[in-house]
Amino acid sequence: MTELVQNIADGLGRGSIYALLALGVAVVFGVMHLLNFAHGELITVSGYAAYWAFITGWSWYLIAPLVVVVAIATSIAIEQVAFRWVRNAPDFTLLLTSFGVHFLIEAAFFMYVSAAVRSFDRPDWITKTFDVGGINFEVFDVVVIAVTLVTLGLTTLLLQRTMFGLSLRAAAEDFDTARLMGVRSDRVIRGAFALSGALAGIAAIFWLMRAGQTTPGAGLTPMLKGVLAALIGGLGSLRGAVMGGFALGLAEVLLRSRLPDSIAGLTDGVVFALIALLFIFRPQGFVTVAHAERV
Amino acid sequence: MLEVERLTTRYGSISALRSVSISVGAGEVIGIIGSNGAGKTTLLNTVAGLLKPAGGRVELDGSDVTGWTPDRMLQAGVALVPEHRRIFTDLTVAENLRIGGVTVPTRERSSLLDEMVELFPVLGARHQTSAGYLSGGEAQQLAIARALMSKPRLLMMDEPSLGLAPVLVEVVFDLLATLRDRGRTLLVVEQNATRMLEVADRAYVLRSGEVVASGTGPELAASENLFDTFVGGRDSSSNGQGAQA
Repeated sequence: MTELVQNIADGLGRGSIYALLALGVAVVFGVMHLLNFAHGELITVSGYAAYWAFITGWSWYLIAPLVVVVAIATSIAIEQVAFRWVRNAPDFTLLLTSFGVHFLIEAAFFMYVSAAVRSFDRPDWITKTFDVGGINFEVFDVVVIAVTLVTLGLTTLLLQRTMFGLSLRAAAEDFDTARLMGVRSDRVIRGAFALSGALAGIAAIFWLMRAGQTTPGAGLTPMLKGVLAALIGGLGSLRGAVMGGFALGLAEVLLRSRLPDSIAGLTDGVVFALIALLFIFRPQGFVTVAHAERV
Repeated sequence: MLEVERLTTRYGSISALRSVSISVGAGEVIGIIGSNGAGKTTLLNTVAGLLKPAGGRVELDGSDVTGWTPDRMLQAGVALVPEHRRIFTDLTVAENLRIGGVTVPTRERSSLLDEMVELFPVLGARHQTSAGYLSGGEAQQLAIARALMSKPRLLMMDEPSLGLAPVLVEVVFDLLATLRDRGRTLLVVEQNATRMLEVADRAYVLRSGEVVASGTGPELAASENLFDTFVGGRDSSSNGQGAQA
């Protein structure tokens, strides 16, 4: 029982990061119908910014906001440089463009920075634990979950209470009609990428803290987790993306702790098999999205 | 107010509009009638900026606004209530109205909301209801109210009575009459030609992307040939909702 509770806390901590990544993927998918395979590059670029700040002597208290700012700026820059020119192109073109951006950024870091692993110190507190009723919790998990909940709350407020949020939701449902209402496509798409970048930036802080290193290919795994979680939740649904993130995190941790040691290395494979099973019975994911129109 | 001169719009190699010219004066109610595929929706969508014209010119108060984007057209004072209403079903009634006023200064938005609730009492009663739960008639009223939230000088409506029960069709045409009496300038695409001609000051008949007739409501209504040939026949039933093309 104790182990199960610890696993759930660990799974929620991991799932929190996935949820933030998936939410960023879902926000962009909502307004552009773009499944952004370049989303992980926000973590790659942020990772190198964090490394640079670290070797310059910055503390994590300064590195954390830097990571978010860099992720937002990178996200907007990618939209302006790459996706802006293919906004009205077929979905497949958008998909290929996102792959192109992913490979281009990775190759640029390989060629012009280094293929070597860049390591930095992790904050002391992330390995600390505390005891509640005989159950050990990682401080890191609690902080990640708390920050994620606050971020999700603020994102909800942004989407529900502001005109930008309303414009984003309207555009996600029917972009043409939103434009007829006076919603500016440029502004709402740029805003969506900025929001997506901010969410990726917050996820990147914890991803980098835990990893303690970065490489040119560092964005691949978080991108896969974010896209997968968004698909599990129901592509286009923001609520579904968050649910998908937590479900994926919990599934990974619980399986890893429950599978026999001899096949524990196959955890990712088993997770994928479970996801395939989910899609057989519920191809639309957890949440059914009624509107799948391109916006 | 609005001058459309020799407007041509194509979908690929197919011309949906061929050199269409119409004019709308301030305070006028203009009807566009014609059968399915005549180019009525294409005309409104091109004027609204959703489609790029292949030729011709759109002028608003003497300024060339050809090819302007929808948000620019809206800011210039031209709003469109699209076909099938296309309200945002994931948003509440209040949120739909708020998004309709996205271009209006915040301080004016609440007074406009009050105005819409006065004009459409049913919306006031269902303010926090998800718009997806509205009936067809309520949804149409919301679509019109949402467009009015932008304080348009010219309101264009695409098939406002489409798909509504007869009793709700009457509600929509009563509403058009109310807006006309309040001095609104309206450009309305409608298949219910008889009812449209009762409300409109003038109308244009479209066929295969071309204007084939125009005139005042009574002039067009008196032309049996016109109805038979271009609109698809007139129903002489007493409810006056015949003449559907």
